[in-house]
Amino acid sequence: MELLDQLKEKIKERLPELDVVIGWEQGFDPLHATPLFMRTEEDVDRLVFSPLCVHNLASHLTGLKGKKVGIVVKGCDSRSVVELLQEKLLVREDVTVFGLPCTGVVSLKKIKHALGGLDKVASAEFNGNELKVSAAGAARVLPLNEIAADKCGRCQYHNALLSDVFVGAPVEAAAEDNYADVEAFQAKSPQEQAAYWRDAMQRCLRCYACRNACPMCVCRDHCVAQSREPHWMTQQDTVQEKWFFQMIHALHLAGRCTECGECERACPVGIPLLLLKRKINKEIKELFDYQAGTKIDATPPLLSFKVEEENINERGW
Amino acid sequence: MSAAPGNELRIIGFLCNWCSYGGADTAGVGRMTQPTDLRIIRVPCSGRIDPLFVLKALVNGADGVLVSGCHPRDCHYAEGNFYARRRLEVLKRFLQVLGIDERRFEYTWVSASEGQRWQEVVQKFTERIHELGPAPKITPDQMAMAETMAAQPR
Repeated sequence: MELLDQLKEKIKERLPELDVVIGWEQGFDPLHATPLFMRTEEDVDRLVFSPLCVHNLASHLTGLKGKKVGIVVKGCDSRSVVELLQEKLLVREDVTVFGLPCTGVVSLKKIKHALGGLDKVASAEFNGNELKVSAAGAARVLPLNEIAADKCGRCQYHNALLSDVFVGAPVEAAAEDNYADVEAFQAKSPQEQAAYWRDAMQRCLRCYACRNACPMCVCRDHCVAQSREPHWMTQQDTVQEKWFFQMIHALHLAGRCTECGECERACPVGIPLLLLKRKINKEIKELFDYQAGTKIDATPPLLSFKVEEENINERGW
Repeated sequence: MSAAPGNELRIIGFLCNWCSYGGADTAGVGRMTQPTDLRIIRVPCSGRIDPLFVLKALVNGADGVLVSGCHPRDCHYAEGNFYARRRLEVLKRFLQVLGIDERRFEYTWVSASEGQRWQEVVQKFTERIHELGPAPKITPDQMAMAETMAAQPR
């Protein structure tokens, strides 16, 4: 609670000079947090922070252009802010970043799986590294590492990379990311992969929740998915069409995706969308030794070149 | 002349106006025999090629896609193909998780004077695509395979 009180105090200190501060509040039930837009001191009192605060609030930033905005970020969210600043989609002076250390957030899908459903949750409380849930009259204790989001198991940036105000003690640990999940998927034959995506994309509703949740998808009404000029996609509801949209999303994020996993979290039918983006990130790391959202003044690899590329062998065939 | 007579496949070629398109012209003027499976689309520069051109072609049933531009350091616009090189390499590797055989896509550099080389590139790439056969379409068979895979516990 101490961390939260400190954070509230810092936000109240800065609130007079800001139009709005974005954080999290308790949602419609004990397991859900929801974004909170704080304009007054009373709003700040509703702020919460726990592993249930899954949202990457950076997704709201570009919609609030021109306003003085404060934002509460975890380590992964801060990478999105850094990337937006690097692309000059935000003005540094307009954004006040409240950085937090984070030991991981939950995956509601995993909790749902463990509990057999998310209905009738009466209470949920974090006690160290355990989540105590009472649902449908029965009490359950779930260890955090079993219900943590996949991205947290490989997190290299627990602490906010960029912050005007940092609250709490930085977390020391940093995991290695060896892209084992991508490697494992890649080991399948093209036929198996194609069948897998065909099955997954058949479930796709074309709701574009993945795009809307993505902090890097900033085109708004000009998204190619809905544009007639250029007419990249038709309105047909075919597997190819939906799959092609995911390819567009992944390629438009090449060298920009900060792997916050919002696309996958937002997907109502559970398509592993982050895999596509992580594959591209893996290659960009290998080819150009670059990770998006870590440095504001870095040059994006696909907007630059070297006359002699060290890692590309284009004369191979 | 198709690499395998009577059974032509659909290969899309994106060629830059200044080098590779000229190279293909040189090959034609020199009356060099080439497979006819390739449909050429002329673009101003290899840097004009959005990787989505390639993916759109592959998703909508092309059996292979060949991209060809000026040799690095010889770009008509000085640096277009340097950007293209990075993009196309990332795209090629991206195919490894999409279930599209990455050998169906290739990029290469051919200059306007290299008619001979153009002939070799087309010959080699067409043969490779013929070895791979027609690109898999979404057939009832494959839908059944997808459904059995979906039924397995994950």
